[in-house]
Amino acid sequence: MKLTTVWLDGLWDRNPGLIQLLGLCPLLAVSNTIDNAIGLGLATLFVMVISNASISLIRHLIDEAIRLPSFVLVIATLTTSAELFMQAFDYPLYQSLGIFVPLIVTNCLILGRAEALARRETLLISTMDGLAQGLGFFFVLVSLGAIREQVSDIIILAALPSGAFIALGMLIAIHQVIQKTLKQFRAITKSDIKGRRVRTTGNIP
Amino acid sequence: MTDLFLLIVSAALVNNFVLVQFLGLCPFVGVSSRIDSALGMSFATTFVLTLTSIVAYLLKGLLLIPLDAMWLRTLAFIVAIAVTVQFTELAIKKASPLLYSVLGIYLPLITTNCAILGVALLNTNRAHTLVESVFYGIGAASGFSLVLILFAGVRERLQLADIPEPFQGPSITLITAGFMALAFMGFSGIIQP
Repeated sequence: MKLTTVWLDGLWDRNPGLIQLLGLCPLLAVSNTIDNAIGLGLATLFVMVISNASISLIRHLIDEAIRLPSFVLVIATLTTSAELFMQAFDYPLYQSLGIFVPLIVTNCLILGRAEALARRETLLISTMDGLAQGLGFFFVLVSLGAIREQVSDIIILAALPSGAFIALGMLIAIHQVIQKTLKQFRAITKSDIKGRRVRTTGNIP
Repeated sequence: MTDLFLLIVSAALVNNFVLVQFLGLCPFVGVSSRIDSALGMSFATTFVLTLTSIVAYLLKGLLLIPLDAMWLRTLAFIVAIAVTVQFTELAIKKASPLLYSVLGIYLPLITTNCAILGVALLNTNRAHTLVESVFYGIGAASGFSLVLILFAGVRERLQLADIPEPFQGPSITLITAGFMALAFMGFSGIIQP
């Protein structure tokens, strides 16, 4: 697996928030203000990177049958550290995020990456994947937070729970449109290259 | 008695776990494409949620508070939930193979359902008593089930609809959920939170 694919997948092609729809609960719940979004995004990124790295390190020691409980324990330990850290250094943020800090444990994205990738790949790939997927999630969370905070001044719906669902639905639709245009563009350039090759290998009059 | 009734109504409708508090969205989007799978998931979640409310309460009272280790609650609760789910799976398998064939595949998924851990944490934060914890769990579970089954019904109809291309797939699912959340706002005036 190449590092470029890992980064492209995390940030765009298989973005956790827009394509895989993993970790929806924090994505919708804490995107009401941009401060909350940045706080939880960074905490999730931290847990994600370290959990991927440590699961990759202990991947030969864990028996297949007990792998899920052990992954959950690793993630829960890291979440507790993040929680204590946030409690010590930014208590107002900790209070406004509420139960969503301990709920990082049940973010399906983190367990999903551990199960799908970190238990098979090397330390470097796993860490990079954690960073890429975590950043992909971070960017979606922060953009959703920024959009909702700005738009809520004009349309009050954006601040309400239903506004979160609709805003994310719109973001996904935009992502799909861009993805489709990119695909068409790639197809056109590909056929161009192919055509040129035919010309160079054939007889040019 | 009225208090307990209000607790259920509040958890199920007014502060609906899925549409207002954003808990348990993964199964809400994941298994709502057909009504029968939504029903199976609802039963499994209701069962486990009620059970874990009790287990988490006992764990808190008998272990975490005497040992002065409340900061370990996340770790303790998630282990308790994983054990409860596993135990439920074994118990159902032994007692009723028929029920197991219906609920079996949904049980492992429940461990990472944030509604379960969310109920345990909210019960702790609000210092609910044992009875209140159980009723809050039942209320949360019935709210989750109601929304999941309704949404599965809507999505079955949605498959026949002519949706503009960019909105197909997950996009229209989320926007539909958004309108459902808007409808649930109608309950918000019923009682004080």
